[in-house]
Formats: sequence, structure tokens, C-alpha cells
Amino acid sequence: MGALIDQFPVLAAVAALLGLGVIFGAILGFASVRFRTEGNPLADQINEILPQTQCGQCGYPGCRPYAEAIADGDAINKCPPGGEETIQDLAHLLDVEPEPLDAEHGVEKEPAVAYIREDECIGCTKCIQACPVDAILGAAKLMHTVIVDECTGCDLCVEPCPVDCIDMIPRKSGIASWHWSLPEEDPVRTRIIATDGAAA
Amino acid sequence: MRKIHDIHGGIHPPERKALSRPGELQTPPMPGRLVLPLSQHIGKPAQPVVAVGDQVLGGQLIAEAEGPVSVPVHAPTSGTITAVDRFAIPHASGLEDCCVEIAPDGTDRWVELNGIDDYRAFEPSELVSLARNAGIAGMGGAGFPTAVKLMAREGRSIDTVIINGTECEPYITADDTIMQCQPREIVLGAQMLAYIVGAEHIVIGVEDNKPTAFAAMRDAASGIDNRIEVVSFPTKYPSGGEKQLIEILTGKQVPSGGLPSDIGILCNNPGTAVAIYEAIANGRPLTRRIVTLTGEALQNPGNFEAMLGTPISHLLDAAGYRAEQNNRLIHGGPMMGFALHSADIPIIKTTNCILAPTEQELPTPAPAQPCIRCGMCAEACPAELLPQQLYWFARAKDNDSLEQHNLFDCIECGACSWVCPSQIPLVQYYRAGKAAINEARQEKVRSDRSRARFEARQERVEREAAEREAKRAQRKAAAQRKAEGSDGEDPVKAAIARAKARKQAEESTE
Amino acid sequence: MGLLTVTSPHAHGPQSVTRVMRAVLLATLPGVAVMTYFFGPGTLLNIIAGGLVALALEGLVMRLRQRQAGPYLRDYSVLVTSTLLCIALPAYTPWWIVAVGVASSVLLGKHVFGGLGYNPFNPAMVGYVVLLISFPVQMSAWPAPRGLAEVPSLGDSFVAFFQANQYDGITMATPLDLLRQNQGELMSELTSSRAQFGALAGVGWEWINIAFLAGGLWLLYQRIFTWHAPVAMLAALTLSALLGYDGGSSTSGGPVMVHLLSGATIFGAFFIITDPVSSAVSNRGRLIFGAAIGVLVYLIRAFGNYPDALAFAVLIMNFAAPFIDHYTQPRVYGQGDKR
Repeated sequence: MGALIDQFPVLAAVAALLGLGVIFGAILGFASVRFRTEGNPLADQINEILPQTQCGQCGYPGCRPYAEAIADGDAINKCPPGGEETIQDLAHLLDVEPEPLDAEHGVEKEPAVAYIREDECIGCTKCIQACPVDAILGAAKLMHTVIVDECTGCDLCVEPCPVDCIDMIPRKSGIASWHWSLPEEDPVRTRIIATDGAAA
Repeated sequence: MRKIHDIHGGIHPPERKALSRPGELQTPPMPGRLVLPLSQHIGKPAQPVVAVGDQVLGGQLIAEAEGPVSVPVHAPTSGTITAVDRFAIPHASGLEDCCVEIAPDGTDRWVELNGIDDYRAFEPSELVSLARNAGIAGMGGAGFPTAVKLMAREGRSIDTVIINGTECEPYITADDTIMQCQPREIVLGAQMLAYIVGAEHIVIGVEDNKPTAFAAMRDAASGIDNRIEVVSFPTKYPSGGEKQLIEILTGKQVPSGGLPSDIGILCNNPGTAVAIYEAIANGRPLTRRIVTLTGEALQNPGNFEAMLGTPISHLLDAAGYRAEQNNRLIHGGPMMGFALHSADIPIIKTTNCILAPTEQELPTPAPAQPCIRCGMCAEACPAELLPQQLYWFARAKDNDSLEQHNLFDCIECGACSWVCPSQIPLVQYYRAGKAAINEARQEKVRSDRSRARFEARQERVEREAAEREAKRAQRKAAAQRKAEGSDGEDPVKAAIARAKARKQAEESTE
Repeated sequence: MGLLTVTSPHAHGPQSVTRVMRAVLLATLPGVAVMTYFFGPGTLLNIIAGGLVALALEGLVMRLRQRQAGPYLRDYSVLVTSTLLCIALPAYTPWWIVAVGVASSVLLGKHVFGGLGYNPFNPAMVGYVVLLISFPVQMSAWPAPRGLAEVPSLGDSFVAFFQANQYDGITMATPLDLLRQNQGELMSELTSSRAQFGALAGVGWEWINIAFLAGGLWLLYQRIFTWHAPVAMLAALTLSALLGYDGGSSTSGGPVMVHLLSGATIFGAFFIITDPVSSAVSNRGRLIFGAAIGVLVYLIRAFGNYPDALAFAVLIMNFAAPFIDHYTQPRVYGQGDKR
């Protein structure tokens, strides 16, 4: 053995590296078993960022499933209610390039709430079944109404209504939700240096 | 003698207070209509209790408080309700909000007012409800419901009542005037406030640019209770900010995100003290206030005791308004006031000043130049913030850094913008930044709730499906059992056998 | 009736970028006048020529970036940059070196980073260092001051200004050059045997520094900047020089007075390191910023390869400014105990 190493010194290096590999592999293996985290923490973090509209525009039945899909490598630009901001946050979390919103899944809209024109409602309960967050109250043959504070504006109740008595109205309006916006800055017409673009 | 402390930063803008002749109080003619917004305070809007066509008397309740953080509204004079509708209100947005419109009948008949002779015979909580029912909201500018400030909070006791007679904003002389005209009522009101909250000390702070008001307050205080301290301190903007005044007079700082009551202090405006006195001693609700009308676009600037709801245009006419010379109308002072979109807007409980400057007086702001990081803003900031860093973060919409650099400790006094050589509208950046952060916080609450509801529903749907599945399985199992039973023994034969057995039994008994 | 609906505050103080920059320009006048007295009109010529080049470049760049050039030309900021650079150059530097320096300052020092307010480094010092590295011979050719030689006339100055390469009048080592080149002489021997050292810190130089001190104090009085950075720098330099001065051996770092009143010390303390854009933001930060520059100036003068050190010290600390800012965020009202 010693003679072999004397003859081929590279074997010593190979043996050392192999040994180190085995030791660290064992440590890592032990750590992965010993410190295993329950559930899918990445999907949880992604779900935190998603707007929880539960609208299904991304093609998944709710935000949680989409979060899991993103964790498994799906695109981050399929969420119209979250819009640009959500994409930025996801890109930041996952350390990937932000992409523009995928128009296939819809466009970014003002947040809205559903409003049932109550005298036209026939009490079919179809919207109640469609609502992903149980924000519609009512019973069969009785008028339904939307709990405005709980409505996510997902649009899912509009389609099933047989008499088309549900409108989506903008959530924000009036003096209570008004606020100052950032001052307008000189539009920049050309980009020669980096700061010629958006705000620092 | 009380030690006067200094605050960080601050500026010395031209005061221009002589323009509106502090100390002289005028009464404008009766306006043709009064528009009373239901939201003249911070908190939930009041709910109207009158309908179009109702006759009301002065002092009559026309809208009641909605919930604990709200303030009722009373009719300032007798007349007819002509509308309960949306009108433009004093607000930076220029938007409309719910208001009650009254056409005064000119007779100024009032409801019967019942005052209290000896307030010390009453429980503080009873006096708080008197203040609450009188519709008093902080008259210094923010409009926080006074009764809420007075309500006892567990674990916190108030030892000092401060009457804020600083009025550090340039131009405004409404508090100066009320201190000169009603010093006795201010002192009595302050005593009532101290009784309600159980405070031992009363301090009345007046900036040294108001010697007449200071002398009036000192004389009134020494005539009533010589333990009341009337303190004069150097003029500097914004010494009148609540937190700043508290530091000047006590050397203590209100903790970030906290309230003066956290360090045992209650701070009120002199106008509020008078309103408290009126509410308790005379049973009179808050229906009028002193408004400074000033600026070089007015021929006759001065202080007017106006009914709430008086259209600003009416007051401007009384003050000799020269519209053609006026470039903007400011509600409040030149430092913190907001520009109005029109003069067809009523005055409310927080309207301390209407400023009508000319273009020479307050020129249209020049376009902002790039920040040269000179640091003058940090020198001027009374909250010891780094305005310049906040500006960069606000531009970059970096909400985390904004919070980390304590954006919410900004009192929006405007000192930073005032000194900025590049004329950057810094305060607007901060307001936008605060709004964005608040919105994000609300959005977070919403989405958390939606997620919880979605998950609860998901669970329920699954549970119901599982229950249905279980039932179906049960039914199936039952059916199967029956089928299995028929395999073992013919039911028909069994029935015949049972019948035979019965027959035999009957026969045997006979 | 077209009411303005801008945000508060509606009033604005008297301060503006233009006023600040103009004040800085005015404050250089005493120093420039004394320089002209001791060295002749060379510095003035540099300042005028450099200013013209700077204005032209600023206008050109603003045009290229499709922004309004007017406000930026009128705010004197580019003139401040070029003037400060030209004051730092030896009198009678050839015109093309001045032009290269100003172009480096304005283009490399300022506009590459986004123009006014965005430059991480002091633009005048960027230009100065570019020249110092590119043209070391010309950049050390200081003329002999009045009292030690004839001062050139205006005509000679023009000739020198338009020369092809190098000032061919009488040049003379500055006191700081002498300290740098000192070969084993005791300090007392050195200062007494060389005429350049004068009464305090060098013929001409002492008065130039005192004149810049006057201008700087006026700026301080005008509240154009705070006292923190200059005081910290001068204090740190004094302290370093005291520590390094062992009574006058040949290896010691030179007398304190020479360090304080020779070369670019006072000019730097009041006109260069007070550039707000590239320095630390908070007052505490500026104390650290200034003190570090003071120490660096001494270290480079005493142990480095260059006789004077201000430009390098400033640029090095410009690098460190964001770092200083990070650790000197001031305490906010209501946040914990008072410091």
C-alpha cells in the first residue's frame, strides 16, 4: 500500500479527497435527516407574496396551488391581480429575473369587489358555490349578498350567475382612500447613462 | 421657573403674523347657507339624524357619533335642512364627502342649553361624555376627537396638561387671538381638562413672539390658580408640533409610535380648552370657531369668529378678497396647510386659517432640481430624521428602508422642503411613501384573511366530500350486507317457517 | 380661477442651489487674489479658461441627454467644479492640460454618474488625479512665489498659458516638495536653509492658506456647510503631525504649521471636503469623514510618493462615505434614550 502511494503520489490526494467526501457527505446526510423542515417552506413564502385573490387566473385552483407550482419551477408571471409588484417580489425572493405579466392569464386591473343587484337575484346559490372565500351570504330561493370586506374581487361569481346580476365595481373610491402620490418628475426622453431612466 | 429645552432643527420663516392683526375679533355677516361635513375629525364619519325639510335650532344635534372614535355635529344656527348630500369639503384631494346643508332663517334661535355650575361634583367620565356630546375635536389642525384623548386608559396616568399656545406656523393668529380675547375661558377649560384626567400640573406654552397673548394668559392664570404655569419660549418653527412642544416644556420625548399619554401628558389647543369650558359650564356644543383670514390678496385680513359650515367664499368676501391677485387658497398655514381646489368649500372644526397669498408672496414653486446632498434638511428636521435618505427611498419605492429610517416619525412639518436649495417637494414624497406603506399593510391583512378563509373553505369542501363519500360507502355496505344475507338462507322459506312456528304455538295454547 | 393645488409647504426659504454655488465661488475670491499676488495671473487665466470649457461641456452633455441645459448652466455648479480644479493646478499649466482636467472633472467625475447630485467622487479631485497621474512633470511645476523671484507679467502669462508643454519660467520646489525630497537634513536645518519656508509655513503658501481660511469661515457663517468636516480634518491633521514630529529629526514628518498652512490643506478643508454630494451625510458622519481625510493627508505626505495628498485622501474617503453613512444614522426623536 505504502509502496503504491510512493509510486503514484496522486493516489494520496485521491484518497484524501475521497475520505473528505465521505465524511462531509455523512454530515450532510445526517443534517438533512436531523434538521428536516416540515412542509414546503418555499411554497409558503411564495404563498405569502401572492395576493390571495384565489381567482384561478393563473390556471391553478387558488393561490396555494400556484405557489406550490412556482416552487416546482413554474413561471412567476401568471398572476394578474398581483401584477407588477407581485412579480417583482417573487423575482426578489427566488432570485430570478422579473418578467412582464403573461397576458395570456389576464391583465392587471384595479382591485374590485363583487356587487349583487339584489332585486334581480333569483337565489340560485350558484355564486355562493363559486366563491373561493365564502364571501357571499344567502340561501336557496333567497336573495344573496356579498360581504364586501371579505370579497377578493376574483370574478369567479360573475360567470355562474344565470341572470347576470353581479357587477364588479372598483374597490377604491372616495375621500377615505385618497392619498398623495409621488411628485411627477421630468419625463426623460433619452438614456445615455443609467440614471437617465427610472428613479434612482 | 420651568426649564426650557431646545429641540433639534427647526427654521425661522418670516412670521407675517401682524398682517392679520391678532387680538381683534370680527364677526362676519350671516351666510346664506351652511354646509356641515359629517367628517370634520379623525375617525368614523357622524351619521345624520335629520332629513331634508327638517327645521333645526342652533345647537341641535344633526349627526350623531358613529362608534367610539367619532364626533357628533350640531347646527350652528336655526334654519331648514336643505340637503343631506355630497359636497366638496376641505381636503387636499378636492373630493366631495357627505354633508348636511342648512339654510339659516336668520333668527338664530337656540335649543335650551344646560350648563354645570360645579363640575367637580361630577365624575370625570360624565364630563368626558359631555365633551363627547358637544362634538369637540382637536382644533389645532389634526381634529382628533378630544373625548378619546380624555378617556382613562388603563395603566397610564396623566400628570401634566399642556395648553399649546405656540402657533408656530407663519401667518396664523387664531390662537393668539383667542388667548387675548378669552384667556379666562382657556384657563378654566384647562382646569376642567386637568380635573378630568387627574393631572396635577397645568402648563400653558406660548412662543415669545406673542407677548400680548402671553401677558393675557399669565394674568388670567394668576387670577384663578397661581399653580398654573404660563411659559414663554423662543420662537422657532415647528415648536408647536405636539411632540416638539412636549420636549421644549418637559425635556421628555414621546416614544416613537406612541402618544403623549404614554409619558403622562395631555396636550390641547387653546381653542379646544375654550370648547371644553363652553361644553361643561354652558352646555354649548362646538358650532363656531376663530378663523384667521390672511394673505396679501385680502384687503381686510383679520380674525373672524365664524359658524362652522360657513362657505370660505363668504368669509373671503368679508375680508375683501381680490381674486385676481390670488394664486392659491391654503387651508391652514403656509407650512403645513393644503391648497384648496375652490373657495366654495365650508370651514370645519379644524380650519384655523385661510391663507390667500399673492404670487409675489408665495411664488409658484420652481421645478425641483437634483438633490445635492447638502444635508440642510437633516439640520432642519425636528424629528432628527434623514430627510434626504427618505427622499431617495421614497423615489425608489423602497418601503422597507423607509420604515427602517423611521418615516412614520415624520410630522410632515415641511421644514426640510423649506430649506431645500433644490426645491424638492420632500413632504409629498413622504406622504406618498406613508400611503404606500399603509396600503401594503392593509393589503397584507386582507390577503391573510382571504387565505385563511380560502383554506377554511377548502377544508370544509374536502370534509363535506369525505362525509358524502363515507355516507355513500355506508349505504353501499348496508346494501351489500342485505344481499349477502339472501345468499345464506332463502327469506321466503324462512318466513314460511316462522309462520308455521307461530301457528303451532297458537294451536298449543288453545 | 385656476388655483394652484401643490403640496405643502407653500413657503420656501431663500436657499437655492444657485445661491449655494455662487457663495462658494465668491468665497474662493480672497484665496485666488492672494494666489494671483504671489504667482501672477496664471491661476486666474486657468480659472477663466477652465470655466469656459466647463460651461461648453455642460451644455453639450445636457443637450445629448435631451434635458434643459439652462437651469444647469445658471446654477453655477459646473463653474464651482472647474474653478476648484483650476485653483488646485499649478499656475501656468498649459491650456490643453487645463482642458483635459476640466473635461475629466465634468465628464468622468460628474456626468458619467448622472450629473449634479449623483457623483460619488469629488469631480474636481477626479480631474486633478487624472492630471497628476497623466502629467506628473507639469503638475509639479509650481512657479516661484513673489519675494523669491520675479512674478510673470500678463503677457508672459498668456505666453505660458498657450505654450506647448511646460512652464519655462522660474519653477521652484514647494515646501512640501522639500519635505518629501529631504535627504537626511534635520528639520531645523531644512527650514532655515531653504528660502521657500518663509515665516510660518512657506513663502506665499501661508498667506494663500490664510486667505482660503477667511473665505471658508465666511461660508461657514453663511451656513453653506457645517463645521464638522473641516474642523475634524484640521484637528486630525494637527494631531497626526504632532505625533509624527519628533522634535525635528530628518525622518520626522515636518512641523505642524507647515502641514496646516502649506499646500492645499485649508483650501481642501473648506472647499473640497465640504462638497456635500460626495461626503458623508450626517454630522457625525462628517466628523469621521473629515478626520479620516486629515489622517490620510498626513500619512500620504509623510510616507507616500507624492508631496501633497489631498486629492487621494478625498477620493479614498469618497469611497468610504456610504459606509460611514450606514453606521452613523442618527437617533430619531422618540427612539430610545437620548444620546
